[in-house]
Amino acid sequence: MSGRQGGGPVGIVMLVHTALHRAEQVARHWARAGCPVVIHVDRIVPRARFDAFRHSLADLDHVTFSQRHRCEWGSWGLVAASQDASDMMLDRFPDVRHVYLASGSCLPLRPVRELQDYLNRHPRTDFIESATTQDVPWTVDGLNHERFTLFFPFSWRRQRRLFDAFVEVQRSLRVRRRMPSGLVPHLGSQWWCLTRQTLSAILQDPNRARHDRFFRQVWIPDEAYFQTLARKYSTQIESRSLTLSKFDYQGKPHVFYDDHMQLLRRSDCFVARKIWPHADRLYDFFLSDDGRAVSRQEPAPGKIDRLFARAVERRTRGRPGLFSQSRWPRAGRTTDASAAKYAVFQGFAELFEDFEGWLSRATGAQVHGHLYAPDRAEFAGRQAVIAGALFDSAALRDANPRAFLTNLLWNTRGERQCFQYGPRDTATACAIIAADPNAQVSVISGAWAVPLFQSNANFADIRAEAARLQGVEARMLKTWRDGRTRARVRIWTMAEFIEAPTEALQLVLEDAGPAKAPRLSEAPRLRDLAGFGQFLQNLKNQGMHPYLMGDFPADPMVPAPKDPERKPYLVRK
Amino acid sequence: MGIWQSYRMRVRRKRLGLRALRKRRELRPVADRTADLSRRDILLFCTQRNEGARLPHFLDYYRALGVNHFFFVDNDSDDGSLQILARQKDVSVWTTRASYKRSRYGVDWMNWLLRRYGHGHWCLTVDPDELFVYPFCDTRPLRALTDWLEASNVKSFGAMLLDMYPKGRIDAQPYQPGDDPLRIACWFDAGNYAITRNPQLWNLWIQGGPRARVFFRDTPEKAPALNKIPLVKWDRRYVYVSSTHNLLPRGLNLTYDEWGGEKTSGMLLHTKFLSTFPQKAEEELARRQHYGASREYIAYADGIRDNPDLWCRFSEKYINWRQLEILGLMSKGNWA
Repeated sequence: MSGRQGGGPVGIVMLVHTALHRAEQVARHWARAGCPVVIHVDRIVPRARFDAFRHSLADLDHVTFSQRHRCEWGSWGLVAASQDASDMMLDRFPDVRHVYLASGSCLPLRPVRELQDYLNRHPRTDFIESATTQDVPWTVDGLNHERFTLFFPFSWRRQRRLFDAFVEVQRSLRVRRRMPSGLVPHLGSQWWCLTRQTLSAILQDPNRARHDRFFRQVWIPDEAYFQTLARKYSTQIESRSLTLSKFDYQGKPHVFYDDHMQLLRRSDCFVARKIWPHADRLYDFFLSDDGRAVSRQEPAPGKIDRLFARAVERRTRGRPGLFSQSRWPRAGRTTDASAAKYAVFQGFAELFEDFEGWLSRATGAQVHGHLYAPDRAEFAGRQAVIAGALFDSAALRDANPRAFLTNLLWNTRGERQCFQYGPRDTATACAIIAADPNAQVSVISGAWAVPLFQSNANFADIRAEAARLQGVEARMLKTWRDGRTRARVRIWTMAEFIEAPTEALQLVLEDAGPAKAPRLSEAPRLRDLAGFGQFLQNLKNQGMHPYLMGDFPADPMVPAPKDPERKPYLVRK
Repeated sequence: MGIWQSYRMRVRRKRLGLRALRKRRELRPVADRTADLSRRDILLFCTQRNEGARLPHFLDYYRALGVNHFFFVDNDSDDGSLQILARQKDVSVWTTRASYKRSRYGVDWMNWLLRRYGHGHWCLTVDPDELFVYPFCDTRPLRALTDWLEASNVKSFGAMLLDMYPKGRIDAQPYQPGDDPLRIACWFDAGNYAITRNPQLWNLWIQGGPRARVFFRDTPEKAPALNKIPLVKWDRRYVYVSSTHNLLPRGLNLTYDEWGGEKTSGMLLHTKFLSTFPQKAEEELARRQHYGASREYIAYADGIRDNPDLWCRFSEKYINWRQLEILGLMSKGNWA
């Protein structure tokens, strides 16, 4: 019995309501190491099962049972149970110097001797997490300080509507209960380890009846009663719990399973909660006396903290750009953005020869053709299938053009994507791109006329097609310029663009991702536009008015010499 | 409007419940071991026809996960599978010669058995070619998941259907009874799924994968739905509406998060495309008992004759659930 050397042994108060066979194992473990154990069994446990449980521990004379209360979550019963059991502990076992409050699903992770040594080294310290109400982030149902100032006669779990309504009524009536004098409200984890001095001062306080009456009406008093009163009496509070216990965003404790074994071993915490009752390997390992080397490590739960913090993050924020059976953010919110930044080019492939090839040479990006082309999705290199087994069928793509885009960006995370777009393509994609803050769109308006100009079609057909494309692009420009557009959009008319293409291309390259060279080394070749002005004039003469490309003189046009001083006109979003 | 909608859903739920009640007369018990059930058992419900080759692995797989009792409806098998099932100690089996189609592809039978035996239990409803995978399924039994769901007040758990296929011709590697089908059909499509929301029943509607890519590339709207909700803490008021794609009351269909977070979900690995498949497709085509005028099987029969390789250069080889979680197909949510 190691505990008898430096000071009194640590006494364990256990609150038990389910998995009694595990509670029995753990109680036996504590008792075997010389710790007195007082067990409180929830009154909800049927008489017969309680008797069997009690009988199973009858061979241990320093394991006793305290008076039973009904311990509903967030109710006074848990405090009453802790009080009675602690009273019994202090009364029956006068050697005990520290009392450790644990639950039936707590599991000691280190040999009891190490805990005993640790407490012997801190003989006057109370280990209890205790913080003022202003400083704690854990609020359930938006209640923090009001836990102390309102009345809570209804159960949060079973009578949620009444609970909420009654809180609202009290708020509007400005109900404020007075704290008993001398007390400052504190909150903290319900699992503490207090010295005999502090605990007996709390339990034998002449004002205890008043305190109890007050805390009976406080919401979740087990996180407030001892935490507040310890502040009054303790000479030395170490505001942390020796029990490793983590809560998720709903205020529900995280559960440990067999696969947490290594994590728990390395945490160097004394006790962990809450253990899944069927985690056989954890119970077998941590409850065996295998003569592990005694260590004097301080508890270091950092790794476990991070694991659970990541889990909460995943549940509340998720992975940006993921659309799946688990995460399907509603449209129009900041959470519905795609996975990564990408660049969209409208009119560039029409104006320059081999624009795609040039762009992929100049940047490290993956450059696609017209992904929304009418006959198929033109993936880079014109593959039929691309990452994620995304397929080039136009019908599949157009059945859900948004999913097509978000899938592409999700599948190719880590590699910047660029693609061409224009008035010949699926028109519904325009609004989808415009609504995505990750899109960087560059538009040369009117450039759709160049392929028509170079085509070998009858002029009447050309005229009709030009009218159609101009109408479609005009609507697209309206979307790009709309106040609700979240994409960043630059727009040039074709006439503006070819006046100073180098400057414009430099800007565009920055969108397309990390450039291979800091300056443009190789410019893409402009298509031969000799006679384009006359072509537009012919359209005008036929009664169709092409205006999106800006002003082109009718005489044979010479591309303007490059002027590095002039800035292109651009619309920024 | 909202109230009217809710009322219509209620009527629909009641009607489906009554329909299930009526269809119970088509079922004849062959082995009824339901007296052995205990209150906390995890139950599995399944309709099967001539799946004798798959059953040995199927039963082993789910026993290992921690299913306590199996409920089968045998639809007129003639390959001895009914006898295999009747011999198992943890299986109760009913048989029927009635029309699969007119029981709404087995859903009415399932609804009846769920209503009669599932109340208060966690119930897994799957097909014989579906293998359930969930986060940590290699280290934590199914009971760990259901305990956690229960503590989180979650009543239904989504698991998307993931079509698995072999590399090369479907009939190239013969499947033997007892084999792990995933050793042959171990490839899948990682990122070509399109999702919309069903405005009436609130479930997500997921389409895509190899079936859309190969068999429905020109008519994607007809591609089969892949969203499923196979695991439910059953209540006798619940009904499955269309296969296990959706339930009523429709709150059970909200297995996804709409505010940017991820809810915990699993996967059903669909091992339909084994060497047994071409023959099955021909047979089912002749019976014409499948959904949507069996158009799926018509498409298969055509597709299978032309080009029996579902594999492509960007197919992903299955390793484990962690891989599916990293790819974003399923999620751990806040279960850690």
